[in-house]
Amino acid sequence: MTTERAARIDNTSRREFFKVGAGLTLAFYLPASQAAKHAGKAGKEDNATPTSPPFAPNAFVRIGTDDRVTIIAKHMEMGQGTYTGLATLVAEELDAAWSQIQVEAAPADAKRYNNLFFGPTQATGGSTSIANSFMQMRQAGATARAMLVSSAAQRWQVAPESLIVRAGVVSHPESRRKARFGELVEAAAKLPVPREVKLKDPKDFVFIGKHVPRTDSKAKINGSAIYTQDIHLPGMLTALVAHPPRFGAKVKSFDAARAKAVKGVVDVIQIPTGVAVLGKDFWSAKKGRDALTVAWDETDAFRQSTADITRQYQALLDKPGALAKKVGTDGATALQGGRAKDALPAVADGETALKTAAKRLTADYSLPYLAHAAMEPMNCVIRLDDAGCEVWNGEQGHTNDQHKLAAALSLTPEQIKINTLFAGGSFGRRSNTQSDYPLEAASIAKAIRQPGKPAVVKLVWTREDDMRAGYYRPKFMHRITAGLDNEGKLVAWQQRIVGQSILKGTALEMLVKDGIDQSSVEGAVNLPYATANLDVELHTPHLGVPVLWWRSVGSTHSAFAIESFVDELASAAQQDPIAYRRQLLAGHPRHLGVIDLAMRASGWDKPLKPGQAGEKRGRGFAVHESFNSYVANVAEVTVKPDGSFKVDRVVCAVDCGIVVNPDVVRAQMEGGIGFGLSAALHSEITLNEGRVEQSNFGDYPALRMHEMPRVEVHIVPSAAPPTGVGEPGTPVVAPAVANALFAATGERLRQLPFKLGVAKPT
Amino acid sequence: MLTLNINGQNHALDVEPDTPLLWALRDTLQLTGTKYACGIAACGACTVMLNGAPARSCVTPVSAAVGQRVTTIEGLPTNKISKTSQKAAKAVQAAWEKLDVVQCGYCQSGQIMSAVALLASNPQPTDADIDAAMAGNICRCATYHRIRAAIHEAAHSLT
Ligand code: FES
Ligand code: FES
Repeated sequence: MTTERAARIDNTSRREFFKVGAGLTLAFYLPASQAAKHAGKAGKEDNATPTSPPFAPNAFVRIGTDDRVTIIAKHMEMGQGTYTGLATLVAEELDAAWSQIQVEAAPADAKRYNNLFFGPTQATGGSTSIANSFMQMRQAGATARAMLVSSAAQRWQVAPESLIVRAGVVSHPESRRKARFGELVEAAAKLPVPREVKLKDPKDFVFIGKHVPRTDSKAKINGSAIYTQDIHLPGMLTALVAHPPRFGAKVKSFDAARAKAVKGVVDVIQIPTGVAVLGKDFWSAKKGRDALTVAWDETDAFRQSTADITRQYQALLDKPGALAKKVGTDGATALQGGRAKDALPAVADGETALKTAAKRLTADYSLPYLAHAAMEPMNCVIRLDDAGCEVWNGEQGHTNDQHKLAAALSLTPEQIKINTLFAGGSFGRRSNTQSDYPLEAASIAKAIRQPGKPAVVKLVWTREDDMRAGYYRPKFMHRITAGLDNEGKLVAWQQRIVGQSILKGTALEMLVKDGIDQSSVEGAVNLPYATANLDVELHTPHLGVPVLWWRSVGSTHSAFAIESFVDELASAAQQDPIAYRRQLLAGHPRHLGVIDLAMRASGWDKPLKPGQAGEKRGRGFAVHESFNSYVANVAEVTVKPDGSFKVDRVVCAVDCGIVVNPDVVRAQMEGGIGFGLSAALHSEITLNEGRVEQSNFGDYPALRMHEMPRVEVHIVPSAAPPTGVGEPGTPVVAPAVANALFAATGERLRQLPFKLGVAKPT
Repeated sequence: MLTLNINGQNHALDVEPDTPLLWALRDTLQLTGTKYACGIAACGACTVMLNGAPARSCVTPVSAAVGQRVTTIEGLPTNKISKTSQKAAKAVQAAWEKLDVVQCGYCQSGQIMSAVALLASNPQPTDADIDAAMAGNICRCATYHRIRAAIHEAAHSLT
C-alpha cells in the first residue's frame, strides 16, 4: 500500500537553494521570525543555528557545513515518537550518524508537506505519519546521499560506485580519502538533483528496525522543550475566556467592572465564544475572569442530562437503524432454533439465520462521553499585524487551521504562518477540523487589534475550560445479537450501534455515505469473525454535544463491544476464549499471528498463579485491528475480597508491518494500554441538564502509577508496509480486562467505566 | 516586592503575594520547565522542590515560598542543591534518557522532580515506595511503566 501511495519527492530545491544561497536559507524554510526565535528550541538538541549556507536538496533535509543534519518534520510531535521515526527514515538512507541528526518542525504548507494518505492537506492523525512517510523520507535521505557521493566523486576524481558512506562520512577506501558531510555540502548543493535514487535493501538497514534513542528525550528531561504554553513574546497579553455553562448558549450581557479592577487586567471583551479577559500574565487574567459576571442567553442551549440521552439511546437500540453493512440476505431466521448439525447455513439472510440458530445471545454495551484531557490544556499564541498572522500551536491540522484562520481574519492562507511546537499530548483533540481554540485565539487578537500595532495574545484554557469545552468521544451504545449452531459456530451477527456522528457538520462530511459515518461503525463493518450473516445498523442521533475523534476513534467503542461479546459467545459455547476466536479467524493470518504470539508470551497454556487467600484472579483476552495494525492483549487481574481489583499484567502482541523503531512501538503500546485502561477504570463525562459535571482531575480521574500494570510488548516480525502505532494500542485493553474480570468473578461488565459489583453474576 | 531564592539565586519579584509560585516562575521569571496542567494540586506537573521536598507550585503562594530554597527542573544541574539531591538528579535524568521514558514530555519535569526527591530521601525504593511517592504525578501518555523502571535504574546506579 505504502509503496504505491508514496509520491516521488518533489526535488525543487536546487533552484531554490540558489535562490536562498545568499544567506536567506532559514528564511526560505521557516518563517523568519520563527527561525530567529525558535531555532534550537522546539525539537532540537542544541542551540546551534547554522550560519553558513546549508545543503538542502529537498524540503525534508538540510545539512550544514557544521555537519548538522536537520530533518524537517511535516508531522507534529505529540509524544507518539514521530520526530524520531521520520529522522530514522532519513538517517537510514543518508547513512548519517545518529548523533548529527536534529529535527525541526516544517512550516504549514499543504504542497510540500502534504499527508500522502489524506492530501492535499498537511495533517497528523489516523496513525498515518510513518506509514505515509516511509518511502518519502527514505527517498529524501537517499537523494541527499547521492548528491554528497557525487560531490566527493568529483572532488577526488573517482567513480561514485567506489565510494562508501558510513555515519556521516564519505570515504574512498582505495585511496583512504575521507570527507565529512559538512565538507561536501557546498559543492553538493551545486549539483543537479537526481531524479531516481536507489533505496537500501532492508537487510542493510542500520537504523530501521534497530534501537535508536528518541530525538526529543533530552529537551523533555531538562525542561528546555518548548510547548505553546511556554511561548512568551514582547507585548503579549494572556487571555482567559469565560465560556457559556451550556453548549449552544451565548453571552447576553456582562459586567466587567470587578474584573477590570483586578491589578494586571488590561481588557475585557466579548467574542463569539464568550467573554475574554486579558491580563499581563496568567494569574491576573485568571483573577479577572473569576471576578467577571456574565449573563447567558440560553435560548438555544442544550439541556439534556446523561440519563435522558441514555434513555433515548436505549429506545433506539430497539429500532432498526440505517444499514451500514449486510452480508447474507436476511439474518433473523438463523436465530430461531433448529439447524442442528449444519455447518454455516448457505448465505441465507441474517433474520432467517437468527431464527433458526441453535442458540441465540444478545447483549448491550454502553460507553460514555470522554474528554481527551491532554496533559497540556489547549492554548494558542497569535500575533496579528499588518503583514498577517503568526501562530504558535501544538499544531496537528496545519493546513485546515491555516485556511480556517485565514477566512476568519480575512487574510490569505499564505499570510498565516504556523509555528508547530511540541504538543503536550492530543489524543485527537488538537486535530479538530472546526479549529475551535485557534479560532478563539484569533477572535481575541482581532478584537483588540489597534491600527499600526501588532496584537499579541496567548489564549490559555485552564484544565476546567479544557474539560468543559466539549469535543468529546461520543457516547455510544451497542446491541449485538448472535446465533450459534450446535458447535458454537456463528450463523448470524447483528450489531446495532447508537451514537453521534463525528464527521457530520464538518469539512469531512463527504465521508458520511448514505447516512453512515464510517467512523461510527469501524471495527464492526469489518468484523473479522466468520459468520454467514452480518448485519450492522447505525442510529445517528443529533445532539448539541460537540464530539470528536479520540485515540483510535470508532474502535474505542466497537472493540469493547465486539471483543466482550465474542468472549460471551466462547463461554456460551463452553470453549477457551482464544481457541474459540482462532477457529472463527481462519482467513485472517495477521489476527492469528498476534493471537499466537500473545498466547505464547503470556503463558496462556499454563494455569494462572492463584492470589492470596480471599483473592480471585482471572485472565482475559482481546484482539483488534485498527488503522491496519493488529493488536492482541492478555490481561491478568486480581480481585480483592472487598471487590476492588488491580490489573497486574498485560501481555501485548502487535503487528504493525515493518517496524521503524521497535522501542517507539513498545512505548506506544505501553502508553496506549495505559490510556485505554485509564478510560476503562475511571473516565466519564456526564451532563446535568446540559452542564458538564466534571472539571478537573479530581472528578475526571486519570490512571496513576499504582494502577499501571506491568506491560510486556512483543512485536510480530513483518515485511508488510509499516502501519500506525499511535492509536491501535488503546482499544484492546478494556475488553481484555472485562473478560479477565469475568473469568475471575463470573460478572460481565458491559459498561464503561467499570463498576464491579453493580451487575451481579447470573 | 518580595524575594525568592530560586535555583540558588535571589530574585526580587514584583508580584501579588497570592500569586502561585508556578506563575511567578513561568510568567515572571520565564522558567517554563515547570508546567501547568491542573492548578489544584491534582496532577504534579508543577512539582518543584522547597528545601529539597517536593511541592506543588500551583497551590503554593509566592509568599509561602519566601525564605525557602526553591529548586526547579532548570536548577537540577546546579550545585546549589544538596549533594544527595545532585547525585539523585544526575542518576534520574540519565535513567530517563537511557530508557527513553518521555512521550509528549509535558508531565516529565514534574515526574523527574518527584523522582529526585524520592531518591534523595530513599535511595533504594521498593515498588510500593514508588507508588506512594509518584501517586501525585499524572502522565496522560501513561509512561508509568518506564518511570518505574527508570527509578529502579537510577537507584541501581546510585549503589
Ligand atoms: S498543575 Fe499543580 S498539581 Fe497540577
Ligand atoms: S509524557 Fe505526556 S503526559 Fe507524561
